[in-house]
Amino acid sequence: MSARNARAAVDARHRTLGLSDQDVLDMYYYIALARALDERMWVLQRAGKAMFVISGPGHEGCQVGALWPMDKQRDWFVPFYRSVAACLVKGMSPTEILLGLLARAADPSSGGRQMPGHYGHPRYKILSTSSPVGTQYPHAVGIAYAAKLRRTGEVTMVAVGDGGTSEGDWHEALNWAGVHRLPVIFVVENNFYAISVPFHRQVAGGSIAARAAGYGMPGVVADGSDVLECYRVAKEAYDRARRGDGPTLIEYRVQRLGSHSSDDQQERYRPKEEIEAARRQDPLLTFREYLEQVGLLTEERLRAIQERVRREVDEATDAAERAPLPEPESAARYVYAPPQDDPAFWTGATPPGAWAQSPEFPWLRQE
Amino acid sequence: MPVEVTLPQLGESTFEGTIGRWLKKPGDRVERFEPLVEIITDKVNVEMPAPVGGVLTQILVPEGQTVPVGTPIALVETAAPAEAVAAGAPAAAAAPAAPPVSQEGPRLSPVVRRLAEEHGIPLEEVARLRGSGAGGRVTKDDLLRYLQARQAAPSAAAPPAAAPAPAPAVAPVPPSPAVVLRPGDQLLRLSPLRRSVAQRMAQSKREIPHAYGVIEVDVTSLVRWREAYKDQWRAREGVNITYTAFFVRAAVEALKAFPIINSTWSDEGIILRRDINIGIGIALDEGLVVAVIKQADQKNLVGIARELEDLGRRAREGKLTLDDVQGGTFTITNPGVFGSIWSMPIIVPGQAAILATDAIVKRPVVRNDAIAIRDIMHLGLAFDHRIFDGAVADRFLHRIREKLEGFAGGDATLTDF
Amino acid sequence: MAEMRYVDALNRAHHEEMERDERVVVLGEDVGRKGGVFGVTAGLYEKFGEERVIDSPLAESSIVGVAIGMAANGLLPIAEIQFADFIHPAFDQIVSEAARMRYRSNNAFGCPLVIRTPYGGSHGTALYHSQSVEAFYAHVPGLKVVAPYTPYDAKGMLKAAVRDPDPVLFLEHKRMYRLVRGEVPEGDYIVPLGPAAVRREGRDLSVFAYGWMLHESLAAAELLAQEGIDVEVVDLRCLRPLDKETILRSVAKTSRALIVYEDNRFGGFGAEVAALIAEEAFGSLDAPVMRLAGPDVPGIPYSKPLEEWFYPTRDRIAAAMRRLAAY
Repeated sequence: MSARNARAAVDARHRTLGLSDQDVLDMYYYIALARALDERMWVLQRAGKAMFVISGPGHEGCQVGALWPMDKQRDWFVPFYRSVAACLVKGMSPTEILLGLLARAADPSSGGRQMPGHYGHPRYKILSTSSPVGTQYPHAVGIAYAAKLRRTGEVTMVAVGDGGTSEGDWHEALNWAGVHRLPVIFVVENNFYAISVPFHRQVAGGSIAARAAGYGMPGVVADGSDVLECYRVAKEAYDRARRGDGPTLIEYRVQRLGSHSSDDQQERYRPKEEIEAARRQDPLLTFREYLEQVGLLTEERLRAIQERVRREVDEATDAAERAPLPEPESAARYVYAPPQDDPAFWTGATPPGAWAQSPEFPWLRQE
Repeated sequence: MPVEVTLPQLGESTFEGTIGRWLKKPGDRVERFEPLVEIITDKVNVEMPAPVGGVLTQILVPEGQTVPVGTPIALVETAAPAEAVAAGAPAAAAAPAAPPVSQEGPRLSPVVRRLAEEHGIPLEEVARLRGSGAGGRVTKDDLLRYLQARQAAPSAAAPPAAAPAPAPAVAPVPPSPAVVLRPGDQLLRLSPLRRSVAQRMAQSKREIPHAYGVIEVDVTSLVRWREAYKDQWRAREGVNITYTAFFVRAAVEALKAFPIINSTWSDEGIILRRDINIGIGIALDEGLVVAVIKQADQKNLVGIARELEDLGRRAREGKLTLDDVQGGTFTITNPGVFGSIWSMPIIVPGQAAILATDAIVKRPVVRNDAIAIRDIMHLGLAFDHRIFDGAVADRFLHRIREKLEGFAGGDATLTDF
Repeated sequence: MAEMRYVDALNRAHHEEMERDERVVVLGEDVGRKGGVFGVTAGLYEKFGEERVIDSPLAESSIVGVAIGMAANGLLPIAEIQFADFIHPAFDQIVSEAARMRYRSNNAFGCPLVIRTPYGGSHGTALYHSQSVEAFYAHVPGLKVVAPYTPYDAKGMLKAAVRDPDPVLFLEHKRMYRLVRGEVPEGDYIVPLGPAAVRREGRDLSVFAYGWMLHESLAAAELLAQEGIDVEVVDLRCLRPLDKETILRSVAKTSRALIVYEDNRFGGFGAEVAALIAEEAFGSLDAPVMRLAGPDVPGIPYSKPLEEWFYPTRDRIAAAMRRLAAY
């Protein structure tokens, strides 16, 4: 195939998927922003300003692809600790991510209570995350059940790594969703390592997507370095969910470009050649190549995006570093809901839905 | 090895016992299950068998002292290894959660220390008192009574620095703060039996709404028969025939007809008792005991008479067993023997009714429009009005009357009624 | 006012709450067509349909996990765990997720969820249908743990639990379903989750219990009354939050405390009550704080004599009361 023909073929690709030129440029921006923010987090950690980092270098392409078809106001996202790019796409700002990293009072995920990487944001319908892997899967099913019962049209996407697929909760969740044909999309970001345990020691049969058949739903595999393919399978899943045709399992095969976390060093258990090979599949590179091939990413545009990203990350760093730490006594707050003083609340005189107006239940507030 | 003999649990509602008489001296050999010591509880006096065989080496609790269940009372030296004697251990040992009751001797509890300090009493003074708690420990109540006694009768109580006050702390002065000993008054200490009777009667009156019914019964034919044949009958059956035996039989028949009266109240509902166990009040010098004729509905007149005689004798001799006084479902009390003609008895807690049989007296009554002299008595029933109403009580009493008045007589060969 | 059984009071509460608020849903094993293995959810499926009364897969962790998601998205789920013995797979979801949702999100998310489960031993329920699980969960900040005793409380506290903005573990002693009866008013009322209730006033010693052990303790107190010992019996009914004031007030009055629970003695819920009394009522004590509980064997064995050996029965409670009174 000649270079001209190749360009024509790829040229057709994002448009045939229904994506505009601006869409794909924006997608690239988010991948670049997530990567720059990621690198900044590691710098801050190595500089002694954060105690811990866990992030998703190499996962950004599939996350941006997965979330791009989402209705960002209406749909839910249930993240895991590598979901940096996904949370940015869903609406969180770089400052909000770094407020969590630096455990500031204004951290929207937890007010500095959780380790970094445990995202959650009621305004953006990002459910709060915990550390045990796989527990979020049933939550997504419950959110989807509520959406189906209340006929809200919401679709819920939940993400986990390959290690999480071994948990009972993962299987229970898929089974529930299959039984009830719920509007939920199960994403597995398979980077072939659960900390140090390789994929073949984690998953029998060689395919996570193949497990979908047992739970009565389609399972698809997409290459995480092919951002447009990641988008395409997610779009199909959203369309399926919105049609009422139930859940989808998506296995994104991605490369983990860094160590598991700041407490890990992957060189100790991963061959050097493998790590180097992984870098060649970095979605930041592959997607840039695509955009260059189709002539969308000129040098000028690339520089503009890179400058914007650097500026935003710098500003976010400054803002997060300036933000105050939480007051020590605030640690005692919110074990339980603040007392409900309105007697009508307890006597049942409150009309259904009234909670949604309560300041204590912001995530229920009507749009 | 030495084995501790502890005060046994002698019934579900006994929690302490008084050492009556030691039947063995230190140094005596005692066989397994041989009577070792007399124990007096608020319900019965028993001879406690030795749980193990061996030599009695030490008596830990002297005669006359009252101690809680489980208190070591003696040491017996056995030749047997530990496993063999464990078989004699009381069942309570197998029950979960052994009591945290300390055996390390008297000590002052936090509240006793606090109260003593608040009232300016030196702790040494408190420690010298003999209390009513385990091992003579001074309890909060003891101290409060001691404080009361000091205030009420300063002359009687020793000054703090002097020798410890003898009685006030231990003597069960009535808890009501209104009662004060005046000069010359005498305090009668409560015997376990007196205390038990007091508690049970007070509880009954407090908890059970008593209602009463009384009827008059003409027992002339019964009296005539008994006067005529009682000696022959005794010669023939070897036992006295008393009026009480007839009353028991009549009551049993009526209870069979009205099972609601053979019952007990509980919050979950009324429990109808299968067995008819008739308690018989027996007056002793130190108080009233109620001995029980078990399954009285399965015994004829002779059987009832025998059991009445046996229970009465053993009650007077202090030889009733725990089993003899437990399990009553209905009680008959006989104030008539003391001449009472109209009694209103108190229900035994856990039962629904009690029947009082009053004195039989000759009265002029109208029979067939003529004045006749007849043997007349009153039967008084006190009953728990929660369980049934007056109409049932009256029908029950009438049933007894029919039975007694319908007595056909016969000769000394009569064995049932 | 009607007299009804414990199970019927719970059933009424379900019906009324589901009628009152369409956000209330019920999920669990056999809660729908069958109406629950104990009949607590009877009639709901017929009235409210299979979407709101959900016969779930046999998977406890996801019964709770899915309910957490439902709660996050605007529903008020009542999840039934068929037997408390089977709740353990859901421990992670209850402890790490439901109980921490509010705290870990700094009050951004809540978890208005009720988890109901029958606990405790009955006749022949053996190792895996008789466990008491309250100690595991009462230990967890963020959870509320209740064990109502009267049918009145069963209805009123279940309604309060449904409306509570936080997760509530609702423990129902299975012996009580058909044995305990009481007056239950028609219509809506709630019993707040928190206060304890003095079920029997007394001056000689205080007994603290809940569920079936409260039933047995009340019976034992009546036995003791015949002996002239006046026992105060306090229904703890809400284990977390715990009503410290009522406990301390009672001990200040009687100076003697016995805690009765059916769970294994070691590290059981009664230990917390004992510690509270020792720490905050020391100056009122006239005797050591006592506990009467199940023995420390891994479960209640099946064979009749073995089973009887295990239970803190009214007779054993009465004996413990006597020992404490005599101290």
